Amino acid sequence: MSIFHGNIITKTTATLGALLVSASMLAGAAQAGETLDKIKSRGQIKVGVGTLPGFFAPDSNGKWQGFFIDFGRALAITVFNDPEKVEFTSSSPQQRLPALQAGEFDVLLSGVTQTITRSFKLGFHFGPIVFYDGQGLLVAKSLDVTKGTELDGATVGVQSGTTGELNIADFFRKNGKTFTPVVIEDTKEFVSALESGRVDALTQDASDLALKRAQFAKPDDFLLLPERLSKEPLAPAIRAGDDQWLEIVNWTVYATIQAEEFGITRENVDSFLTSEDPAIKRFLGVDPSLGEAIGLDPKFAYNIIKTLGNYGEIFERNIGKSTPVGFERGYNQPWTQGGLLYSPPFR
Amino acid sequence: MTIAVWEPRLRPSRRRPDRWAAWRRGLFGSPLNIAITLALALLALAAAAPALRWALLDATWGGTAQDCAARSGACWAFIAEKWRFIVFGLYPNDRDWQAALAVALVAGLVIVTGLPRFWSTRLIAAWIVVLALALAVMGGAPTGRLVPTDKWGGLPMTVLLSVIGFAGAFPLGVALALARRSEMRLLRWMAIAFIEVMRGIPLIAVLYVSTLIFPLMLPPGMAIDKLARAQVAIILFVSAYMAEIVRAGLQSLPTGQYEASRALGLSWWMMMRLVILPQALKAVIPAFVNLAIGLFLDTTLVIVIGLFDFLNTARVATTDASWNGYHNEAYTFVAIVYFTVSYAASRYSLWLEAQLRARQDSK
Repeated sequence: MSIFHGNIITKTTATLGALLVSASMLAGAAQAGETLDKIKSRGQIKVGVGTLPGFFAPDSNGKWQGFFIDFGRALAITVFNDPEKVEFTSSSPQQRLPALQAGEFDVLLSGVTQTITRSFKLGFHFGPIVFYDGQGLLVAKSLDVTKGTELDGATVGVQSGTTGELNIADFFRKNGKTFTPVVIEDTKEFVSALESGRVDALTQDASDLALKRAQFAKPDDFLLLPERLSKEPLAPAIRAGDDQWLEIVNWTVYATIQAEEFGITRENVDSFLTSEDPAIKRFLGVDPSLGEAIGLDPKFAYNIIKTLGNYGEIFERNIGKSTPVGFERGYNQPWTQGGLLYSPPFR
Repeated sequence: MTIAVWEPRLRPSRRRPDRWAAWRRGLFGSPLNIAITLALALLALAAAAPALRWALLDATWGGTAQDCAARSGACWAFIAEKWRFIVFGLYPNDRDWQAALAVALVAGLVIVTGLPRFWSTRLIAAWIVVLALALAVMGGAPTGRLVPTDKWGGLPMTVLLSVIGFAGAFPLGVALALARRSEMRLLRWMAIAFIEVMRGIPLIAVLYVSTLIFPLMLPPGMAIDKLARAQVAIILFVSAYMAEIVRAGLQSLPTGQYEASRALGLSWWMMMRLVILPQALKAVIPAFVNLAIGLFLDTTLVIVIGLFDFLNTARVATTDASWNGYHNEAYTFVAIVYFTVSYAASRYSLWLEAQLRARQDSK
């Protein structure tokens, strides 16, 4: 091949390559390992969050607190061994996904529901589900029911413009019971309808109902029923295409879940360091071979537990029974206790 | 030199009864007027009584969220607990005074600029120096510890965004207005295109582009601060409106002013600087103040790109789990602040018009 031809081909290839690079940039597709490099050179992880009591909210001193916030801090511990090397940015639900796509966030911990459309059409990867939410039913205790299936002929408040109305109709039809829907527009009125006894029950996402219950004058007079009428699995979301970053997100979450399964807490983690159980030795990095193999700090799980605690502690501290949010563990407990939390083995 | 001014001595004592008489006639002059007055007074009372009861009588002034829940009125304890977060947002707690100082600098600058006696070209230098100083203070210069812009928020952010937005848009707006009236066709078309495009799209769209689309156009590895991008977006957006106001000022001048300047042999630049712009800009000061108030309130839109401006910090303050849902109190608090600033600005505008008119008359 003559030099002349070679030149043209080289030039064409270079131009095409440049075009491809810019095209992939525009599409927001990340190369493997790119996110972690960016995070390391920046010195902090950028996390997109929302604002919802107990899940993510700055306290009076302007420090971010909440259930999802703690997972952001856990990521910072995995990468930097420093829970402060993370920047939380709150943005509106409409803007979060495009902002992640545009590279403004490294990970979204804003309570994104994992769906097939989001995986395929929008091109997101999802980490492990950190919170199993779903449409629930809030009733007055005076009704004397403990299960949704016991509701018959009830008047149920539904907020307009949500999918809740369809789900509740399906639920009652399936159980062969009747109900009267009352569609309410205003959030405040929605809440007062139950307090005043105008409706027997309210239906909406369970986490939302729990928060509304906390605002009642007498929260203890009301009960969140155990059924979930829809699936709202909330998971960390990242841009598709960066497998290494996805695995870091995965195993950071799994570490908190596995710790609870082992019974390792913030208090007792040091006592486990002397454990003879090889699985625990690997998990806490006493045996460093695992961490060396995966290229992470072998003690990342230990550091997370020592600083933030296991999944159960994170849950109870932010949204559990003793907090104003007062959420039941429900599905959000380890599989060993009848929940859905399951970590693949650390080996 | 003294100027003797004849003052009618009886004027004050004669005018007062006149005014009351007009009031009396208007309110109680006829049976119909009496009925209307009474009905409206009752309506006002009916509306004001529950509001007063909520805001003052049944309100909780201190204590915890539990104390508030026990009473039915407003929970001002919430504001007492959260005012620091609402005013300063995520700014490091121990260095609040830096943010306060930055706001004080900017506020002082704006007030000085508002007084006609300080109007001179030295103000331009003052603006550049003081704004740079305020940004440095906000960024942590006094303590030598950097405060990154993602920690900025609350009132300082609202003040900086609107004041720098206005200051940045001013030269750009004047330039655009002049370009739009230029005889150079290409320049004129470019100015028209920019102004019409900016005026044709909502501020939210401009902010979105600056946050989400613009970063994709930068070469890889290059990043521009989000707040800076939003600030530039605001400057560009406001400059289009500014240009149209300045153009109105330019058009309000009689052609004689242009012709006379030309006849004196002034160059185009000298004519603009010495004759046309000083008059044109003075003529549109009320419109400028109007634009400034609008901008001050419009900066709240940065909420959609996740910046913690004053309104957003108030909203977020209500999501603290232990102080959940005190929206009425939070929004009442920010509404009072926004109203105070905007009302002061509009009163200032009236005062300034009177001042300028008095000057004009005394010439």
